[in-house]
Amino acid sequence: MSLLLDLFTIVAVSSGLFFFLAGTVGFLRFPDTLTRLHALTKADNLGLGLIVLGLLPRCPDLVSALKLVAIWALVQLGGATASQLIAEFARRGGGR
Amino acid sequence: MTPATLYGLCAAALVAIGLFGLILHPTPLRKVISFNLIGSGTFLFFGIAARRGAAAGFLGDPVPQAMVITGIVVAFAATALAVALLLRMLEAGAPTVDGPPEQPDDLSP
Amino acid sequence: MSLVVDLFMVLLILTSAVWTVLARDRRDAVIAFIVLGLQLSLVWMRLMAVDVALTEAAVGGGATGLVLLRACARLQPVEAEGRLPGLRAQIAAGLLCAGVGVALAAVILAPAAPAPSLAPAVAAHMDEVGLKNPVTVVLLAYRALDTLLEKVVLVLGLIGVWALAPDLFWGGRPASLRAASPSGTLTFLARVLPPVGVLIGVYLVWNGADHPGGTFQGGTVLAAMWLLVMMAGLGELPETRALRLRRLVAVGPALFIAVGLAGFWMADGFLSYPPEYAKPIIVAVEVALALSIAVILGLMVAGPAAKEPER
Repeated sequence: MSLLLDLFTIVAVSSGLFFFLAGTVGFLRFPDTLTRLHALTKADNLGLGLIVLGLLPRCPDLVSALKLVAIWALVQLGGATASQLIAEFARRGGGR
Repeated sequence: MTPATLYGLCAAALVAIGLFGLILHPTPLRKVISFNLIGSGTFLFFGIAARRGAAAGFLGDPVPQAMVITGIVVAFAATALAVALLLRMLEAGAPTVDGPPEQPDDLSP
Repeated sequence: MSLVVDLFMVLLILTSAVWTVLARDRRDAVIAFIVLGLQLSLVWMRLMAVDVALTEAAVGGGATGLVLLRACARLQPVEAEGRLPGLRAQIAAGLLCAGVGVALAAVILAPAAPAPSLAPAVAAHMDEVGLKNPVTVVLLAYRALDTLLEKVVLVLGLIGVWALAPDLFWGGRPASLRAASPSGTLTFLARVLPPVGVLIGVYLVWNGADHPGGTFQGGTVLAAMWLLVMMAGLGELPETRALRLRRLVAVGPALFIAVGLAGFWMADGFLSYPPEYAKPIIVAVEVALALSIAVILGLMVAGPAAKEPER
């Protein structure tokens, strides 16, 4: 059972890291602001989501598990709003 | 080399880089930002002292840590005061570091 | 292996620092500085100083960054970007700064042995006070005088910022924080986030007695929620002459001083607590301080009065 949980953690965290890597590569390689934002949101949503998912079985109690999920949800909210604001700014012709 | 030593060297570099900006930048805002870099480097020195002073079951000496916490907040207060001062100086048409302001008529309130 | 991660972290930090100093555009420099603040908070985690990491992220990166970004927006139409002076001056200054850096590095590489530490003294103090977070014990019991003076510095700083208002505007509202074109997204965030944010701020203050967190971190989160509501245009900043506002600014330091004076006849002297009531007293002081810090930080970001007071 514990081996299964370990395996689950390893697979989920590794795939989370993969999304962070892909998001970073996209951020560095994509041509304009909107596509770069798109790459970053993938890292935020899926990357962090998978890492949190992988860490859930490691939590000593329910409260710390809920805290992890809350962190993920707050990053989602913050990331989505910040991306929207940056995109609006870029479409109005701000930045370069 | 322990991580603490490595970050200590990083702190020394931060102070040097901040000092470079503080000396060379002609505009006040950039000087304020550079000064904050020096501050960050100095705080990091306290962090190294705290980590090296780990004892009595703590992972770091809490006294330097507490001093850094008050330091960061005081640095914020100083930055806010400096920024308010430089904006007011600009509004009042005070001479900048470079000399008198170039277009005093354009200053909007 | 972990040293490789640290080395990578140091490279990232130095890149941000160089960018902060060399960026042509002042807004780029500020953004690099905010990035640097977040990276430094990761370093504080590596140095096992979680309380400092929280403070650095909230105050060092967040609140300072906000003040600097506002300054950029105000300076953009007025002041031209400064250029660094010529190569000869750069080389001279570079040599000087490199010398300072090398001297500091030498201090780091030749540490005092054994490393000086006040940790045992704090540990002895912790049992008396009954709190489990050593940093909070230092801030509010072992070195409480430092913390009290720092609060006074904050109030003085705010008075200094306010004093920069033109005579005509004294006591009026600070310049509006509202975005030039308020967007639906920002309004949405300002409606959804504050209930959660206030809860997190209160949690950080309450939790600070026994776990990482405390008045500064919690107070900054509360201030951030207040500022967010102002930026979305859902509320207006109060006039700086408002009595209720000034009371909130003063309540934390005032209670701290009162508790300190009470120590003369309830315990051994200024700022010493009677052991049986130490924890409730400290928690009460922390709550009042967090309120004052939240209001002071918010008002410092807002700046001096920029409108005439209403009749």
